[in-house]
Amino acid sequence: MGFHSEDLVRDLTDRARNLRIRVIEMIYGARSGHPGGSLSAADIVAALYFHHLRLDPTRPDWPERDRFILSKGHAAPLLYAALCERGFFDSERLATLRRLDSKLQGHPDRLKTEGVEMTAGALGHGLAVGVGLALAARLDGAAYRTYVLLGDGEIQAGIIWEAAMMAAKYGLDNLTAILDYNDVQLDGPVHEIMPLEPVKAKWESFGWHTIEIDGHNMRRILEALDEATHVHARPTVIIAHTVKGKGVSFMENKSTWHGRAPGEEEYKIAVAELREGVNG
Amino acid sequence: MAELRSMRKAYGEALAELGAANPDVVVLDADVSASTQTWMFREKYPDRFFNVGVAEANMVDVAVGLALAGKIPFANTFAFLVALRAAEQVRTCVAYARTNVKLAAGYAGLSDALDGPTHHAICDLAVVRSLPNMTVVVAADAVEVKKAVPAVAEYDGPVYLRVSRAEVPVIFDERHEVHIGQGVTLREGGDVTLVGTGIMVGRCLEAAERLKREGIEARVIEIHTLKPIDEELIVQAARETGAIVTAEEHSVIGGLGGAVAEVLGSRCPVPVWRVGIADTFAETGPYEALLERYGLGVTDIVAGARRAIAAKK
Repeated sequence: MGFHSEDLVRDLTDRARNLRIRVIEMIYGARSGHPGGSLSAADIVAALYFHHLRLDPTRPDWPERDRFILSKGHAAPLLYAALCERGFFDSERLATLRRLDSKLQGHPDRLKTEGVEMTAGALGHGLAVGVGLALAARLDGAAYRTYVLLGDGEIQAGIIWEAAMMAAKYGLDNLTAILDYNDVQLDGPVHEIMPLEPVKAKWESFGWHTIEIDGHNMRRILEALDEATHVHARPTVIIAHTVKGKGVSFMENKSTWHGRAPGEEEYKIAVAELREGVNG
Repeated sequence: MAELRSMRKAYGEALAELGAANPDVVVLDADVSASTQTWMFREKYPDRFFNVGVAEANMVDVAVGLALAGKIPFANTFAFLVALRAAEQVRTCVAYARTNVKLAAGYAGLSDALDGPTHHAICDLAVVRSLPNMTVVVAADAVEVKKAVPAVAEYDGPVYLRVSRAEVPVIFDERHEVHIGQGVTLREGGDVTLVGTGIMVGRCLEAAERLKREGIEARVIEIHTLKPIDEELIVQAARETGAIVTAEEHSVIGGLGGAVAEVLGSRCPVPVWRVGIADTFAETGPYEALLERYGLGVTDIVAGARRAIAAKK
């Protein structure tokens, strides 16, 4: 396991907070978007984009880069904020989210946005695509790793388990799935709409190495990502328990904030709360 | 009668040959490799062959991932499964994301005759043809399958390649070349044009012979690329012959007939008679009997030609 200094953890926590502020600004500006699932995954995405992933923003097509697929594509604002902060494009572009002619589509489009590995957002695709990338890396003897961020509602889709079976069959230890387990989906609590439990046992029974963490504990996120790189002959899933709408009091754990934009007052309060870190 | 040759066997052989020529080619199958004949590739290149089991949607998305990394994946299963069960994967991750995935759709049309309508594919072309970025290729005989496979591999972008299960009369010789997007004029004639695709091309040639005996000179055009369709060749035929018959092993809705009518409706309106399966599911039965029962016989093309000619102004 790598050692993660206090400074690193603090820096990444700040990064995550900045991503959350960006997300709220973008969705408020667009008058449309999905804040809840962007806020819940912000710590995970910060750990990936500002520490863990091997990337080169000047060469988005660098063959040896790690691949990250945002399978829960409705968290697009979070991905765009991370790509921007990582230097893939200028911050002015963030204000164009969901506008006509924008390179920032409502859901990620690999043909329009530098650094977006795969078009996604219709749910259920990312894990299978990640299996394909991981198989290709093995065929090529390439060292890059593939990461797939899944929503919890998303894994209700059967194709996720088709892909999970296949990843285990081929022993894809270069593939890491991360489950953003915030327990809220569009229509309500995941445990009411379609329960996932026992979710850890499900992945284990499919042949995966599992790591269960608090998805807002930066140190644990970093340790889990490291652990996954040392697992042999099995894919890893990091089950990250998170809070939907994390960091904005009135958005937390509310399915109503799955897919609506804040009004002006809500926007001001949300940004103020995130700046102060009252909930983070 | 021309020699009969198996389309699927020709496909399996062509894929195995392609595997030797191009190390980037990888093959996926969804537990039907003994049917699609991809086992021939598997035997030669086991490391580049992935059997996903009965999981067609997964197969398509895994192929997408392989394509993103620079591979040329051929994803194989029955046509109805790849075009319908995996339709959303095909739309979002292949067509919209414009990934270099080759969808090899076997057992097309009624060719899996005895397995019945659950296994027939009579509306796949309507689905895939309507997808932006998608190229749609239908092979007419075993020779054309062999020529089409490397052409599809070289073509940059998503392709739906439709192959019959059946043994089909050979109509092309080995000099035949497949240029994606270009129709092929197989016979000249000035009274009517028979536009065929897939196994119906051979039947169009037979129909033209019969029409000749009635004093009707029928032009015969093969459209192997339904999309992008060779508009100029079709418009020219409409101008010069004034009547069109389309023939396809597919519903009359949305396939070749639809594509030709779309072109001619705006560019050169002439009577278009569509030979195909009426808006109905077929049934279980011997292949030849099904083709006759569901309106795909040579006599159906001949009758269509008479109607189209009669409708000329």
